[in-house]
Amino acid sequence: MHKLASTSITALRALQRNLMRSALTTLGIVIGIAAVIAMVQIGEGSSAAIKATFESMGANTLIVFPGQAVSAGVSFGGGSAVTLTSQDAAAVARDCPSVLAAAPQVNGRMQLVRGGHNWVPQFIAGTSPAYFTIRDWTIAEGRALTNGDILGANQVCVLGQTVVKELFPSGQAVGKTILVQNVPLRVVGTLVPKGANMMGMDQDDILVLPWTTLKFRISGTALQNQNQSQTSSSTAAVSTDQLFPETSQSLYPTPSTSEQTDTPQPVSFPNVNSILVAVPSTQQIPQAIEEITALLRQRHHLQPGQPSDFNIRNLAEISQALSSTSSLMTNLLTGVALISLMVGGVGIMNIMLVSVTERTREIGLRMAVGAKPRDILGQFILEAIVLCLFGGAMGIVIGQGLSKLVQAIFHWPIAVSIPAVVASVAVSAAVGLIFGYYPAWKASRLDPIEALRYE
Amino acid sequence: MNLIEIENVVKTYHLGGSDVPVLKGVSMAVQQGEMVALMGASGSGKTTLMNILGCLDRPTSGRYMLDGQEVSRMNPNQRAEVRNAKIGFVFQNFNLLPRTSAIENVLLPSTYADGSIPSAKLRRHGRQLLERVGLADRADHEPSQLSGGQQQRVAIARALVNSPRLLLADEPTGNLDSRTSEDVLAMFQNLNQQEGLAILLVTHDANVASHAQRVIHIHDGMIAAGAFESASPAASAPADAASRKEGR
Ligand SMILES: Nc1ncnc2c1ncn2[C@@H]1O[C@H](COP(=O)(O)OP(=O)(O)O)[C@@H](O)[C@H]1O
Ligand SMILES: [Mg+2]
Repeated sequence: MHKLASTSITALRALQRNLMRSALTTLGIVIGIAAVIAMVQIGEGSSAAIKATFESMGANTLIVFPGQAVSAGVSFGGGSAVTLTSQDAAAVARDCPSVLAAAPQVNGRMQLVRGGHNWVPQFIAGTSPAYFTIRDWTIAEGRALTNGDILGANQVCVLGQTVVKELFPSGQAVGKTILVQNVPLRVVGTLVPKGANMMGMDQDDILVLPWTTLKFRISGTALQNQNQSQTSSSTAAVSTDQLFPETSQSLYPTPSTSEQTDTPQPVSFPNVNSILVAVPSTQQIPQAIEEITALLRQRHHLQPGQPSDFNIRNLAEISQALSSTSSLMTNLLTGVALISLMVGGVGIMNIMLVSVTERTREIGLRMAVGAKPRDILGQFILEAIVLCLFGGAMGIVIGQGLSKLVQAIFHWPIAVSIPAVVASVAVSAAVGLIFGYYPAWKASRLDPIEALRYE
Repeated sequence: MNLIEIENVVKTYHLGGSDVPVLKGVSMAVQQGEMVALMGASGSGKTTLMNILGCLDRPTSGRYMLDGQEVSRMNPNQRAEVRNAKIGFVFQNFNLLPRTSAIENVLLPSTYADGSIPSAKLRRHGRQLLERVGLADRADHEPSQLSGGQQQRVAIARALVNSPRLLLADEPTGNLDSRTSEDVLAMFQNLNQQEGLAILLVTHDANVASHAQRVIHIHDGMIAAGAFESASPAASAPADAASRKEGR
């Protein structure tokens, strides 16, 4: 210990004697470590940013879609079959232990009218109260939907901020009434803004209403106007479906608007476009998928070997794909930074070799007064390590500065990465050890007599 | 008792395939507490012999006993330990570490010692030694701020720091003027008489050699005279050396 301390002091003195050169020598290490620290921390920050974006879209969410309908060999595409019902959603929420909540979803694309303003939102979601839990979406003002709203097919709705802005430029929306396909809906609440989703779509451009209302009070009246491809509304495609012939609506005359409003259509099969499922954690997703598949197959009376009439899509997969792309970039850039560290190490080796030559007489003298080869070896390796550690410390400071700069510019949640700092210290020491070894070994192999005579 | 005892030491250098014999069978002894001068012309092999005596080099053949230890068969690490503990070196060109204070230079050998002595105690010891060589007020001066004589005195203090049994000085006054040479030589005599330190003074200068109690004459790699204190000058040795010289 005492020996290490005195050798360290010797090494520090030697470096201090050539301060400018020592500083320049270690510049490569400074840059390399700064780059590694910045890359790792910025990479982690961007991953965290992606994760946060996903959480805003509802991370750990599964979507169950109906399977494809096939008639005479013609596929109608995924989601065209009419197989999912709101009871399925309720059963999933009730019977699958790995499921936090499930909500049916009926989609639509319709014009909203309020006084002199009109607007067609990106998303119209006919759903249940669980929807807000699943999407982790809080009410800004007013209230959310209630189970009573669903059961009574109440003519109420909750608006996203973009819709509020478009229909109510004055701001106050709660308590007012809007018209959807001539059906009046009372605005009972507004949602907090969420911003754009991964595809750049405005998530706040949304109207949320009871799925029963959308299905039985509005969609029924709107079928003729709807673009089938956009809505894939169940009732539009059902005529081809062999399983549920009673859903065919063409047999019945289209009711008038007033009839529609007054009496919910008992004829509609209560199918939904999709079921939104929340899972407590990413780890439980595979388990949840298994449970939902088993439950729905059982409910749909599918025999073993028969293909499922639904698909389950996993949002977490997309999130993981994106994070892994981001971490791949981080790894690549860290690799480049490590190469610059290697270059820095070669610089260290170069200067250490020069230093050994310059100090040949010193080495000879040290040997004459009792230094063993391993003392000389230790001294020069320690010098290289100390040099690299100083460079590493400088690099860590500069890397933190760079991270802070990126944080200020991109507002990514960048935090000091303790593992990166620890690894940097270890890597600097290792670079010193590896690249300092050869010069030190050369020094230790000098013959004291020749070294003393060296001019 | 003999501190140094060498027997038939031969040192041959190999240069480009041919052998260059430098020491041709040297036998001699130095007693404890003795001050001996090793004298000979330039190129006669004084430094080569001193390197062997100082355990910096190994003889090609022959036996070397230092302080009762067989040194000639030791490995480099063992020799380093012997140098550190038993031998102090003083060089012609001082060999102080540049840009390093006098006290640090003095303490240099102690950093390679067994190292159980606390550093504060070591520093005190170093300062005492500097005082002893008359440089108490120069402890923090660097070699570039010291005169040649002062540098050599720092080197002497350094040679003493591990309390060696033997002090080897190769042409210690070679780079000094005659007055400072006298000072340095007086210091050697003083150390020898007061501490009982054995000193081997290598020189080509008879005046310097005269400060020693005994002079060993080396001539062309052979001891010409004074190899053993008790031995009377061997009659055959010079003739032998001379005949070899003619034979070349
Ligand atoms: N490393 C070596 N290789 C070859 N010859 C050497 C070497 N060292 C010394 N010599 C030769 O040995 C002889 C004695 O040298 P040295 O001991 O330095 O003499 P001195 O110190 O008495 O002047 C010289 O002829 C010198 O050339
Ligand atoms: Mg010489």
